[in-house]
Amino acid sequence: MIAVSQLDAEGHLQHLLTLEGLPAATLTDLLDHADHYLDAGRQGDKKHSSLLGRTVINLFFEASTRTRTTFELAAKRLSADVLNLQVAASSTSKGETLFDTLKTLEAMQADMFVIRHDASGAAHFFAAHAAPGVAILNAGDGRHAHPTQGLLDLLTVRQRMGRIAGLKFCLVGDILHSRVARSAIHGLRTLGAAEIRVAAPPTLIPAGIDALGVQVFHDVDAALSDVDVVMLLRLQKERMLGAFLPSLGEFHRDYGLTHQRAARLPEHAIVMHPGPINRGVEIEGDMAYGARSVILEQVNNGIAVRMAVMDRILGARP
Amino acid sequence: MSRTLIANARVLDPAQALDGTRHVLIDGTKIAAVLTPGTAPEGTVDHHVDASGQWLVPGAVDLAARFREPGHTAKADFASETRAAFAGGITRFALPPDTHPVLDTPAMVVRVLRISKAARSPWVMPLGALTQGLAGQALAEMSALKAAGCVGLSQASAPLDDPLLARRALEYARGLGMTVHIQPLDARLANGGCAHEGATATRLGLSPIPVAAEVAAMRFWISLVEDTGARLHFGRLSTARGAELVANAQARDLPISADVAAHQLFLTDAALAGFDPAAHLMPPLRSEADRLALRDAVRTGVIEAICSDHQPHEADAKRDPFPLTAAGASGLELLWPLTLKWMTEDQVPALTAVHRLTCAPARRLGLSLPRIEAGQPADLALIQPDAPWTLDPARLLSRGRNTPLAGLSFDHRVAACWHLGVARHQCSD
Repeated sequence: MIAVSQLDAEGHLQHLLTLEGLPAATLTDLLDHADHYLDAGRQGDKKHSSLLGRTVINLFFEASTRTRTTFELAAKRLSADVLNLQVAASSTSKGETLFDTLKTLEAMQADMFVIRHDASGAAHFFAAHAAPGVAILNAGDGRHAHPTQGLLDLLTVRQRMGRIAGLKFCLVGDILHSRVARSAIHGLRTLGAAEIRVAAPPTLIPAGIDALGVQVFHDVDAALSDVDVVMLLRLQKERMLGAFLPSLGEFHRDYGLTHQRAARLPEHAIVMHPGPINRGVEIEGDMAYGARSVILEQVNNGIAVRMAVMDRILGARP
Repeated sequence: MSRTLIANARVLDPAQALDGTRHVLIDGTKIAAVLTPGTAPEGTVDHHVDASGQWLVPGAVDLAARFREPGHTAKADFASETRAAFAGGITRFALPPDTHPVLDTPAMVVRVLRISKAARSPWVMPLGALTQGLAGQALAEMSALKAAGCVGLSQASAPLDDPLLARRALEYARGLGMTVHIQPLDARLANGGCAHEGATATRLGLSPIPVAAEVAAMRFWISLVEDTGARLHFGRLSTARGAELVANAQARDLPISADVAAHQLFLTDAALAGFDPAAHLMPPLRSEADRLALRDAVRTGVIEAICSDHQPHEADAKRDPFPLTAAGASGLELLWPLTLKWMTEDQVPALTAVHRLTCAPARRLGLSLPRIEAGQPADLALIQPDAPWTLDPARLLSRGRNTPLAGLSFDHRVAACWHLGVARHQCSD
């Protein structure tokens, strides 16, 4: 397999597969650029022309409405032509290989593929086999990475707290299966977070996670003490029951963000969640849109971040 | 009958503890004479090979090589893999029963032997299926398989979930004096994973296979050996704890042995970086501590044999996101070079290294020990010890170019290989 580099020889982004290994300057530039689109949007300037004549194909092998919609909207606001393909996993297993799917769609002169697939490494695979000049944007591959989610999380924190560097973070919940957690951890590390904690029962903590520079907690109250940012992760209920957790109620009691736990957080601390929320599981229902919650800001930032990434990859060089 | 004289070779024959310079005369299919330098062979010589500075060893006996025929000829076949095996100095190999159809009837064994004969392949030593269709539901006709030529029984990499059936399989095999070959992996603990459980799998988001998946399976089988006294061989160990279990069982005089795939002595899960599907192997590449423990166990003989675990794949089988690719690496042509690289790196005596590829696996298959002496079949490999080369997968003769070892450099190469007295491989340069 051909080794894939996300940056070209001049250091410009040519694919976005993972936040791991990207320099702080690249991350900061993407966040600044997203801020620029947010500012423009506030002034009623939602439509931009930098991707006019470019073709973006959303290639989703996993069911998704929310994420696909934000990618679609981002591409359209940059004036790209957008094609949405929802490929059921079964149709590829019937015949066409992923490689053939890629080559067929490439022949339609696509400039960028936004790919979501349940196999870790899928985005790397497409990037390794894509024709020169065809960009791959990872919209989530297995448990591996979800870099635009990571960026929007970084952006949201920076908006509220003014910085990332020096802050303490705690990620709570299903770390094991979470690409959101992995991308957040890489981004936070690169931008100088003071401390990154992960809190979950041992069944949901992957082996060797400390090698990513995090501290593991099984006592959420200890984990949440003094943190500036709480990042809740979504539990996939169907997957969890019996196998990883005895019950959702027990998880909520031991790890859920209850009013009691929230009351002990520092006054300035914020609460994040990638959505969709399981009310009464990860978080007590009425706190989802409470004063500490930045969950809706995350959604809004998602579009701006995806515009920033697409523009930096396909748009004119700054 | 053609006569070949291999002159002035350093003969390494562990069965006789022989390490010395000799002339070896091949006459027809057999070794006619082994002479000390200064002695001239009687009669005429048709081919003269100057082997000064080179090592003459018995052809390797590979405990696990898939030739993909019958059933998977899109990947490889006996013709292609025969060339690769001889280029790798391998003159005999055990064929796991996971052909298609499975080697669970005498007719299938006969068919494989016929294919082998037509391809003039290395000696094929079929391992019969332990259970019908390898499905783990019912015992295969072990006695009939033995009569047809199977030298052992194996469940290949298929699970055997029923403990009672596993126990009865061992009992039945013991009655026939047959060794049972098991690749230990608890399928439920492995849980469909594709990478060693650790920091690399976590970083890449790959489903992990814990060390316990190997160890739990081994403990289970060892406890059945304690009950039944059946002879059991663990194939393709990957963990330090697995090697420790074998050592412990051997210290208790249980009839248990083990081998390791050569690539496990060189690679760790670090090779998975960048999702390289060539490094997708089963059992998975493990940690550095495991790798070093495996090396140590091979040196001490706890792990008695090194095999290729040859699994050639067509390019498409490896052209997918990592978890969706087929596991396995092409290894026939690397068995001697890797073993001798290990020998050099770990300062292992040459006779010990040769033993791991010849005497140990031969004994495990119930064969007489390969010897370089008059009257023995002329199954020999000539090794050039100071011939640096670098692995370019495109140059492999196997149809499977799938190897995680591309770019690795070697000092030893297989210069020639004779099977039944015929030179089946000779380096052109």
